[in-house]
Amino acid sequence: MYRYDQYDQQIVNERVAQYRDQVRRRLSNELAEEEFRPLRLQNGLYMQIHAYMLRIAVPYGLLSTTQLRMFAHIARKYDRDYGHFTTRQNIQFNWIKLEDTPDILADLASVEMHAIQTSGNCIRNITSDEFAGVAADEVVDPRPYAEILRQWSTFHPEFAYLPRKFKIAVSGAEEDRAAIAVHDIGLSVRKNTQGEVGFRVFVGGGLGRTPIIGKVICEFLPWQHVMTYIEAILRVYNQYGRRDNIYKARIKILVKALGIEEFKRQVENEWAALKDGAGTLTSEELNRVSSYFTAPAYENIADTDSGLTSFKSENKAFASWMQRNVKPHRIPSYAIVVLSLKKTGRAPGDASAEQMDAVADLADRFSFGELRITHKQNLVLTDVKQSDLITLWKIAAANNLASPNIGLLSDIISCPGAEFCTLANARSIPLAKVIAERFDSLDFQHDIGEIELNISGCMNACGHNSVGHIGITGVEKKDHEEWYQVSLGGSKGNESSIGKIIGPSFSFDQVPEVIERILQVYCRERIEAERFIDTVRRVGIKPFKESVYATEITDGQEDDVLAFKPAQYSEPLYSPRF
Amino acid sequence: MIIKNKTIVDDDWTILRLAQNETAKNVMVPAGKIIVPLKVWLEQREQLLDRNELGVWIASDERPEMLKDDLDKFTVIAVDFPKFSDGRGYSIAYYLRARFGYTGELRAIGDVLRDQMFYLQRVGFDAFAPRPDRNIQDALKGLTDFSEVYQASVDKKMPLFRRVQRNGNAVDN
Ligand code: SF4
Repeated sequence: MYRYDQYDQQIVNERVAQYRDQVRRRLSNELAEEEFRPLRLQNGLYMQIHAYMLRIAVPYGLLSTTQLRMFAHIARKYDRDYGHFTTRQNIQFNWIKLEDTPDILADLASVEMHAIQTSGNCIRNITSDEFAGVAADEVVDPRPYAEILRQWSTFHPEFAYLPRKFKIAVSGAEEDRAAIAVHDIGLSVRKNTQGEVGFRVFVGGGLGRTPIIGKVICEFLPWQHVMTYIEAILRVYNQYGRRDNIYKARIKILVKALGIEEFKRQVENEWAALKDGAGTLTSEELNRVSSYFTAPAYENIADTDSGLTSFKSENKAFASWMQRNVKPHRIPSYAIVVLSLKKTGRAPGDASAEQMDAVADLADRFSFGELRITHKQNLVLTDVKQSDLITLWKIAAANNLASPNIGLLSDIISCPGAEFCTLANARSIPLAKVIAERFDSLDFQHDIGEIELNISGCMNACGHNSVGHIGITGVEKKDHEEWYQVSLGGSKGNESSIGKIIGPSFSFDQVPEVIERILQVYCRERIEAERFIDTVRRVGIKPFKESVYATEITDGQEDDVLAFKPAQYSEPLYSPRF
Repeated sequence: MIIKNKTIVDDDWTILRLAQNETAKNVMVPAGKIIVPLKVWLEQREQLLDRNELGVWIASDERPEMLKDDLDKFTVIAVDFPKFSDGRGYSIAYYLRARFGYTGELRAIGDVLRDQMFYLQRVGFDAFAPRPDRNIQDALKGLTDFSEVYQASVDKKMPLFRRVQRNGNAVDN
């Protein structure tokens, strides 16, 4: 993975000093909260009622075990023994004291990390494919480009006060695992027929109140031009993006208002002045950065079965885990292992300090000391020998990290919701828990197969509800009760689509039954091994709608949902939307 | 007092802002060193051309192209930041310097605060009028927050990777 040189380290160290002084000025009231707010936000620090939440950047979701152990240390020393991995491949801590934040940043800087631009109206942490470098379907490794863009966007002087936040995602495989079509800019690294490397550039995608699939602004941008082209897009956006209405300030609204053709014309016009200029990427720089992303020293192992087949036949739990959580590696004697942070009863994406240490030990022992965070809020060990899988599985299971549910119903993406977020209309995590409990049977989940269920507590869609196969969103009602809207047919990746709302909203207690009915329709309608999303696409939402609303859904049922335990935290409130 | 070329200096320019009942056409531009709004320049160009020294300021929602052919008419061009979080002024400065080749004084006015100074200087501002309720000494410190930067802008014509020798991953086995 990338390692800091003296320049990277110096910039991060100077940031710590700068931020330490900002905090000092805030604490001494030299800075009003209103002025401090954008400063702390550009450093990932959100105000809560009783504490702060700090979001730390994990560039393109890749980290070393030293860095993960630092998270465990931060969780123990400054927080309440746990951290929360996010859909943007970062980590957040919920119980931070403002006074401690400069020291936390200094701790992070000692392991080549920071919290720069993890929030605020600036270019955010660049996200990428969690299987980059090892995926069997990879065309070009996106990580060097993600790192080059990380450096380019870090403290970019002109784009620190954009109309709104700005997210860039890069993917380099046949299958898009980075959801590039729902980012402000999505980059797909590819090769043209001559074998040259370049990008298909998407612009104006996004979730939130107005979910939009990004449009292609450039079919093939040769790799040298990636920074100048993005600079051109940002400059147009910085000047013409709306600043009068927070809900209309994202670039997607500008692209929509101008139309992609006119937007493209303006960008290309701006780009004409930059093309081939100083911002053009050189092969020396690309090679330098790429030199950090070489393959680890794989052992040359004959592709034998290592006893996996026989162990699988006698151990069903292991067999399910192999089926769901272990993915093919481009080297056949190795495997990619997904450690699930979605154990039923836990908040999706939460990991304790102890678990972080355990994962670090696993990665050191079995996966060259590195790991990834996925946008589905799980952890990945990318380079595990097939022959180590049984041992690894046993240790992972002992640490509650081996739920065999990757890509299944209980692999829920959920935003923090009403217990934490001031903007929420409804709770998210308790709903995720009730759903996971209702469908806890693994046999049932494996029968249903691949499905994505996403929950957001409001229209801001931090839980990516609009691209969930099943999307659940807390909606505003006059009575201030919790109501949820259900949508079907959303999807990210190669065939991105926005889900359609099936009809009037439901109460908290009705939602599990609604899902049950939806799944029944799927089981009735599916043709052979057709995936849920494919059935929805083929038959449309009508049969689902008919079934869901056919008879009244009584509240509560036999599930004692009202007795459901509240969150383990008392009342932190924050707004991840910013 | 303003900050100019990294030092605190006296300033004898007056910034003209239109009052409620004034228009760009009818406003009386006083004698002396005045920085007029872009609109006033456009409306009263003929009279203003007679002046020895003139400044103009541009609002964040106005276009720098409007000044493109007149850059040599001004001793100072100022860019107004109605709120420090309004980032359009950074691109305006970039255009004036990098695209139109303006070399005279470029001054940041309005909600100009210490923590924006570093970025402001990078996009070509060489003069700053920090918000009057703030300590100007303190604002000056904002110019030196970082000693190195990654990307090219007006201050550094080359990005870091073209300016210095950066070593890649040493193969150590
Ligand atoms: S703002 Fe985001 S985190 Fe908060 S409730 Fe809405 S979707 Fe959830």
